[in-house]
Amino acid sequence: MTRHLLSSADLSRSEVENILATAESMHDLQRREVKKVPTLRGRTVINFFFEDSTRTRSSFEIAGKWMSADTINLSAKGSSTSKGESLRDTAMTIDAMSVDALVIRHHASGACQQVSQWVRCSVINAGDGTHEHPTQALLDAYTLRSRLGDLDGKHVVIVGDLTHSRVFRSNVITLKTLGARVTVVAPPTLMPSGIATWSASDGFATSWDLDAVLGGDDPVDAVMMLRVQRERMSGGYFPTAREYTVGYGLTRDRLDRLVARNPEVLILHPGPMNRGLEIAPEAADSARSVVLDQVSAGVAVRMAVLYHLLAGNDADTPPREPGRAPDLETTPAVAALPSAAPQPEGVAR
Amino acid sequence: MTCPDLNAPAPHPTIPEDARDVLSADDISRALRRIGHEILERNKGAADLVLLGIPSRGVPLAQRLGAAIEAVEGVAVPVGELDVTLHRDDLRRQPVRAAHRSRIPETGIDDKIVVLVDDVLYSGRTIRAALDALSELGRPRAVRLAVLVDRGHRELPIRADHVGKNLPTSRDERVHVRVSELDGLDVVRISGGEGR
Repeated sequence: MTRHLLSSADLSRSEVENILATAESMHDLQRREVKKVPTLRGRTVINFFFEDSTRTRSSFEIAGKWMSADTINLSAKGSSTSKGESLRDTAMTIDAMSVDALVIRHHASGACQQVSQWVRCSVINAGDGTHEHPTQALLDAYTLRSRLGDLDGKHVVIVGDLTHSRVFRSNVITLKTLGARVTVVAPPTLMPSGIATWSASDGFATSWDLDAVLGGDDPVDAVMMLRVQRERMSGGYFPTAREYTVGYGLTRDRLDRLVARNPEVLILHPGPMNRGLEIAPEAADSARSVVLDQVSAGVAVRMAVLYHLLAGNDADTPPREPGRAPDLETTPAVAALPSAAPQPEGVAR
Repeated sequence: MTCPDLNAPAPHPTIPEDARDVLSADDISRALRRIGHEILERNKGAADLVLLGIPSRGVPLAQRLGAAIEAVEGVAVPVGELDVTLHRDDLRRQPVRAAHRSRIPETGIDDKIVVLVDDVLYSGRTIRAALDALSELGRPRAVRLAVLVDRGHRELPIRADHVGKNLPTSRDERVHVRVSELDGLDVVRISGGEGR
């Protein structure tokens, strides 16, 4: 139990269920004429995004504002980071302004974990490198539960560039926490090498063959397509975009076969979508697609996360002495990274 | 992250052995029937009434009040629940509370006579939060308050329109309300307090 949300592995099943239940009441608020509650009045939330983002950043901003927190957006470009300030100095500078929460997206895996050891405020991981994206996993679980009910025993297939996907890593953890079975599918070049440590656990399978999984004996309740990151296309992971689509895209043909087997199947995509590459427009716009539900759930789930981290009294937060940096002696130079997730090999290759 | 367990009933300490009964199950049902009559008398009928229970124990009380009114008047009164957690002024003084969903009847609350129903009226802060929550949902013609027990010690200028029992207490006493829908029995007991 910490005051941070760094990894999906930090959350027990009852904690996930509590956040999702709170998100339901937040979702009600979203449908009202006046979308504002005074719950986090006087609290300050900084969104510090070292990478580009549309939906995560805007939904964190909206979530904070609807709960009356003061929300400020910073990006690497236009901040002192572009003058060469280190992550540690930047984080401690912001912390010294007595903010209550720092929402961080960073291109380095483990950056949020590091920052959490340097600051007194709550740290929320909004995506760190190829490591984790816990709020995305929560909103996907929320979307799935709102359509499928209890996820115990449900079969979710995740397809795409697993090696570079933080969405996949957090989703596997959260879905398994909620009792779902997960099959992940990727071309051999995009399958993380450490995944064997996960394969051993119950209810988790890997495959190189999408058609075999979709047409297999185990009926599929939901398919999550991951974005092919265009910058990876020149990395030699697959010969051409066309070949990727043929092997691993959710084409119109695959959609028809999926729906024929299970008319209630759900199609998810964390966005932004490459239409025609990993997902055909027919699939993205089909009645089985819940892509926009995911976006809508994003605000409610992030409100619930901010609420659970910031609304109560913080018994385990060290008292703040203005202007004094945390004791260097007690700050480990290198933070231990969470060991639950296999660290991607593709980056170093 | 620290989260309360929403699936468990609202945290209530067990009632100490030395607690005294204040209201029995029969007393509670008589009080609710009387409050039902009072609401109808004050409102001159059941027209435009909406009952909103405040979780957790105000909700079953509101449902029973609705049933009592229906028994007298033969008209079903819309009953809902109003969660006030997001509007509380004491959020920062205690561990995170679970936020529940509010269920507002489809009739809405605009231009209705809303009767808030809660188990115990004490500082009045919960009702203050409820009034704020209501103002975000619409504009009722009037808001009234019905409580099973009024134990005094108000910290805000708020009073109940309908009271099951006025119970003079000292601040170090505890009032325990149990309702059969959530706790398996109907009783109001009081414990603690020195020199009584």
